[in-house]
Amino acid sequence: MGLALLALIWLITFVSTYFFVAKTWWLLPGASALAPIIDRQFNTTYIIMGVVFVAAQVSLGLFAWMYRDRGTATKVNYSHGNTTMEIVWTSLTAVLFIGLNLVGSPIWAAERFAPAAPDSVKVEVTGMQFAWYFRYPGKDEKYGATDPKLMDPSSGNEAAIGLDTSDAASKDDVVTGTMFIPVNRQVDLTLKAVDVIHSFFVPAFRFKQDAVPGLAIHMHFTPTALGDYEIACAELCGLGHYKMHGMVKVVSQADFDSWLAAREAEKQ
Amino acid sequence: MATHAPIHAHAAPQGFIRKYVFSLDHKVIGVQYYFLALVAVFVGMFLSLLMRIHLIWPTASIPFFGDIKPETYLTLLTMHGTIMVFFVLTTAPQSGFGNYFLPIQIGAPDMAFPVLNMLSFWTTFVAFVVMIAAFFVTGGAPLHGWTGYAPLSALPSAGPGEQLGADLWITSIAIFCVASLMGALNFITTILDLRAKGMKLMRMPLTCWAWFVTAILGLLAFGVLLSAGILLLLDRNLGTSFYVPLVVVNGQIMGHKGGSPLLWQHLFWFFGHPEVYIAILPGMGVASQLLSTFSRKPIFGYRAMVYAILAIGILGFVVWGHHMFMSGMSPYSAFAFSVMTMAIGVPSAIKTFNWLGTMYRGRIRFQSPMLYAIGFVSLFVSGGLSGPFLAQPTLDIQLHDTYFVVGHFHLIMGVAAIFGMFAGTAYWFPKMFGRMMNETWARVHFFITLAGTYAIFMPMHYLGMAGQTRRYSQFTEVAYQTKLIPLQTFMTYAAFVTIGAQLIFVINLFWSMKKGAKAGDNPWESTTLEWTIPSPPPHDNFGGHIPVVNHGPYEYSVPGAPRDYVMQTDPPMAGVHPS
Repeated sequence: MGLALLALIWLITFVSTYFFVAKTWWLLPGASALAPIIDRQFNTTYIIMGVVFVAAQVSLGLFAWMYRDRGTATKVNYSHGNTTMEIVWTSLTAVLFIGLNLVGSPIWAAERFAPAAPDSVKVEVTGMQFAWYFRYPGKDEKYGATDPKLMDPSSGNEAAIGLDTSDAASKDDVVTGTMFIPVNRQVDLTLKAVDVIHSFFVPAFRFKQDAVPGLAIHMHFTPTALGDYEIACAELCGLGHYKMHGMVKVVSQADFDSWLAAREAEKQ
Repeated sequence: MATHAPIHAHAAPQGFIRKYVFSLDHKVIGVQYYFLALVAVFVGMFLSLLMRIHLIWPTASIPFFGDIKPETYLTLLTMHGTIMVFFVLTTAPQSGFGNYFLPIQIGAPDMAFPVLNMLSFWTTFVAFVVMIAAFFVTGGAPLHGWTGYAPLSALPSAGPGEQLGADLWITSIAIFCVASLMGALNFITTILDLRAKGMKLMRMPLTCWAWFVTAILGLLAFGVLLSAGILLLLDRNLGTSFYVPLVVVNGQIMGHKGGSPLLWQHLFWFFGHPEVYIAILPGMGVASQLLSTFSRKPIFGYRAMVYAILAIGILGFVVWGHHMFMSGMSPYSAFAFSVMTMAIGVPSAIKTFNWLGTMYRGRIRFQSPMLYAIGFVSLFVSGGLSGPFLAQPTLDIQLHDTYFVVGHFHLIMGVAAIFGMFAGTAYWFPKMFGRMMNETWARVHFFITLAGTYAIFMPMHYLGMAGQTRRYSQFTEVAYQTKLIPLQTFMTYAAFVTIGAQLIFVINLFWSMKKGAKAGDNPWESTTLEWTIPSPPPHDNFGGHIPVVNHGPYEYSVPGAPRDYVMQTDPPMAGVHPS
């Protein structure tokens, strides 16, 4: 029985570890300035936890087999523990766990403790059941007023977020259903939600932030590679949660400028 | 050790109703809780089976059930989570086994407040009926997830099931909170006041320590959830705005303003995180008891184990914010919550080291209770080690609300806790029913279930890293997620096998109650007080006399002792470790 247990625990351990090491299923390729740094912290954590995982499971299986009841041949060690060992493994774990945390904390601070750079691209993200809208403030760099009474989701875009066209600052606001951003430039996000909580998750950017009704949450990030990236809503928001999907198109600065100009022109 | 006339003493009842239905006997109440949890776990498991089928075959029609629509999937998910967390993980390990064995293990004839005990069971029962009723009302059960985040849970128009079904869901949880508060008070009083002579706190079996700390957690946590639930009911029905700011649902302005969606999350997780420990601590207690018993060796580091349980209890109340790193709360507070969360990994690691230390140089008997206990340790390690990923806000950015989280909590608070219950069942069944469970079938069940649960829940970590978001009824809408469907298919097949294997357990349970071999008083050669009395125990446990305790709970293989175990009530003996 001890051997069967050892076999099963070791098998589970090695099969599980194999797929982690082989990276059969893994993080999507990163495409933001912070992605490689987050991935490094991820790797550090994963190596440490992986070693502990294998060591603990292997010893569990091994002990079960080695110390199986073999009648009188087994001598039991009548021991109530060992204070020195308790102190050693308590301090080791404390240093390891809390140290790991401290090493990672500057990464967390990077996108949150300082405001976005002055030359960043401003985009306001609005989540509603079950779509994302993106607003660009236009040349005046100011978002115009919105009014809940004007919100009309069936008409989409400007009408969906209830843009108040009587406000002068609204005139040059552009609202779209796909997010366009220029590569290698910081994006200054404002996240909002009109009905329930949604979460703006772009796995390739290692970016996730809830959009909460009543709050305007500021975040910033920098895309570093051209391409199309998927947005998946990551907070349960109702029956259409699974299809609250959107796209981010990272384009060159020139393409971004001409896209925005075309969109402005369309509006006039 | 009360000096006044003990209010817990009561004569054995004669009629069927007072004996088996409205019983004051802690043992009957314990069994009632156990069977309530058994019914609940099969309901919850059936819901998860439907979910697994829908994820792979979204258009499949289920016999007697019909089509599963995306909103039906969310209903299944909500009810699966709620039923499992409240009516299984909170009910069986603490209220079931705790009720039955806590008084016996500390040498008391009953719980401190038998009437309160009966009330708390029947209140839990009412809560369960109200919860199940949510399936059958117009609009059906709610779809807001077991976490019930506002405003989704606060707005009847936010989705199907958010009408009467959601009100019943909240009401059921509120009733459950009241029941749990009664239970917690009873447990704490019993441990503080009714210990037999010589049963010092530091001589209590680790199961009792676990039930004690769990009861304290319950006392402090359920009151907060109760208040939170009442506020949510007010928001829904009386137009208050605790959790709802001005919101517009599908073009309609709702009549709320100024509320805070984050307030619900804070209150919910202030309960929700201690709840994780409410679910797992009793399992840790059982694992400790069994690893020592079946390794025929004293528990390694008894005091360290007690301190670790206490540390987990205290730290458990200051880590709730790690569920909210992405919620929009202050990013500065994430620092504090993540450091505390990493710190709670330390006592958990101490426990694991001590369990391995207990097995080290022991003489291990592989009877089924021990197999389940070793399974518990393996699952606890696997589920625990994904914690330090999620505890770091930096990594949580990617992993929050993905399958990684689902895998993490299912391994540790779901399956590990359930292995604790399997272990407890296998170990105490002979005491409860006077018969042994069938050992062969218990082993078959153990091996299939351990392999099966890993096959279901380990792949969830891979999915989560690859960005698979949780609570999606279909994976067809997001291109990078469609690539992960083959792994989901594998998990569904693993779930079929594992769920099927649970029939072995339940058939063995009922078959053995009738046909199992007769059990003696102490079939496992254990040391604690429940093994000094007949199986099953008489109405007042100790037949009118209160035992005197002379030894610690885990005195195995004492050199020079006549047997390889010294029971807690054995007379004082040279060579036994003083405690």
